Amino acid sequence: MSSIALDTSSAIGKSTANTAAPVRIAVRDLNFYYGDFRSLKDISIDFYDRQVTALIGPSGCGKSTLLRTFNRIYSLYPEQRAEGEILLDGQNVLSPSIDVNELRARVGMVFQKPTPFPMSIYDNIAFGIRLYENLPRSELDGRVEEALRKAALWDEVKDKLRQSGMGLSGGQQQRLCIARTIAQQPEVILLDEPTSALDPISTGKIEELIEHLRTEFTIVIVTHNMQQAARISQFTAFMYLGELVEFGPTNKMFMTPTKKQTQDYITGRFG
Amino acid sequence: MDTMSRSTTAPTAPWGRVRRSRYLADRALKAICILFTCLGVFVLGWILLMLLYQGISALRPEVFTNTTPGPMTQGGGIANAIAGSFILTFLGIVVATPVGVLAGTYLAEYGRGSKLAEVIRFVNDILLAAPSILIGLFVYTLMVQPMGGYSGWAGGVALAIIAVPVIVRTTEDMLRIVPGSLREAGAALGAPMSKVITKITWRAARAGMITGILLATARIAGETAPLLFTALNNNFWFRADLMGGVANLPVMIYQYALSPYQNWRELAWAGALVITLTILALSIVARLLFRKDVAR
Repeated sequence: MSSIALDTSSAIGKSTANTAAPVRIAVRDLNFYYGDFRSLKDISIDFYDRQVTALIGPSGCGKSTLLRTFNRIYSLYPEQRAEGEILLDGQNVLSPSIDVNELRARVGMVFQKPTPFPMSIYDNIAFGIRLYENLPRSELDGRVEEALRKAALWDEVKDKLRQSGMGLSGGQQQRLCIARTIAQQPEVILLDEPTSALDPISTGKIEELIEHLRTEFTIVIVTHNMQQAARISQFTAFMYLGELVEFGPTNKMFMTPTKKQTQDYITGRFG
Repeated sequence: MDTMSRSTTAPTAPWGRVRRSRYLADRALKAICILFTCLGVFVLGWILLMLLYQGISALRPEVFTNTTPGPMTQGGGIANAIAGSFILTFLGIVVATPVGVLAGTYLAEYGRGSKLAEVIRFVNDILLAAPSILIGLFVYTLMVQPMGGYSGWAGGVALAIIAVPVIVRTTEDMLRIVPGSLREAGAALGAPMSKVITKITWRAARAGMITGILLATARIAGETAPLLFTALNNNFWFRADLMGGVANLPVMIYQYALSPYQNWRELAWAGALVITLTILALSIVARLLFRKDVAR
């Protein structure tokens, strides 16, 4: 596969999109229903290995809904259903034979509001590991430390691992949630507006963190913040009214979008 | 300038009559509310003061060591009734807690939107308001008759039936306060629902659930009617097998307070004071626990 020539002089995108990367998640003809309401319409899109893909679009366009299909978290609610195919490494995750809990250990998710569990910082991280691995104490300690280091939180919490995770600041809580997710060593990380409840400094730290995590994980991020999408993603998908309008390398999407709708949204003419 | 000085008194013209009448209605409602609050607090205070006055004068050290006296016997105490009440309440809450907590968990976690859950919730609300004497009669036919006599077991079960709906209700309410995002976060890590409930939602709702159990304890500690048909009462220590009547404070108070003997009536006051202070202590502990957790 030949890579598309990109405008590398642009300030958009910290690194260029690698279109030669293997496809990690392939979505084919995905439709999603809240009861009778069809909120995703024939979505087909590829997510590339160890690239950050940003989902942008106005409120209600279906970007969070799309994200929530990848780990089937929507299935907690009986009135919601998805039809079509989502191939994770070639395996259809929507198939009934898939064990959702195993799927969710492979596809981690971080939510808009920080969701620390009512337990110690250590146990917050160990919770997810203990679900699928029975490690001796020393090894578990190592995994917890590694996850906290990767989430750039270790230095701030190493002396209070036994204290409640609820006592951390909002930004720290969100990094704790990211640490909790990466401690499970997933393949894909889904981020649902992870910084919209945070102050600019905490947002900066999380964005920096995402840039590091990209070397190891395939990342899909929903964001309302166009600058954020431009700063941290290699690929961008623009959605509108449940449809995928345009998808491509982030610098191309922001510099020379092919659809007028995309251009209007990115330049702030609507949305 | 003029408006500033007038702001604390009733506005007059030129704002007109509408504004003035609203102001008066506001004052009137406030006054009525305060009046009735005072009335309620006054009655409560009266009961407590009377209880303290009569109860404290009846409290002597031997009240806590001697058993309840028979007729025409001097002195005596309520030690056996305190011990019996403790045993019966303990038995009741030990039986009621798992049933109540698990049923409340079903309603809040598994039964969302299910018909069965709606029916259970409705029945539970009826049980919550059921006259306790009916529950006493029910356990009488269920246990006392087949077992051939009164027993502490029957008393414990009767009290448990009263405590269950209270615990179901508070458990469900407290679990519903736990944000759904916490459950989603647990599920997103691949935790099965049972783990999410036992490790995350129960923990998040822990203080509220314990508060509910303590309040249920306080409630059954003072119940009289269900014990009349089940544990009854007597003047001895409870037997090790809990068969036969078991002395307890509420029924003791009921029998002794109406008696012609001065020492019996004094013991009834002492018992009433002990039971009230215990319930008060339980309620305070429940409140402190809940407040501490909410603050955190």
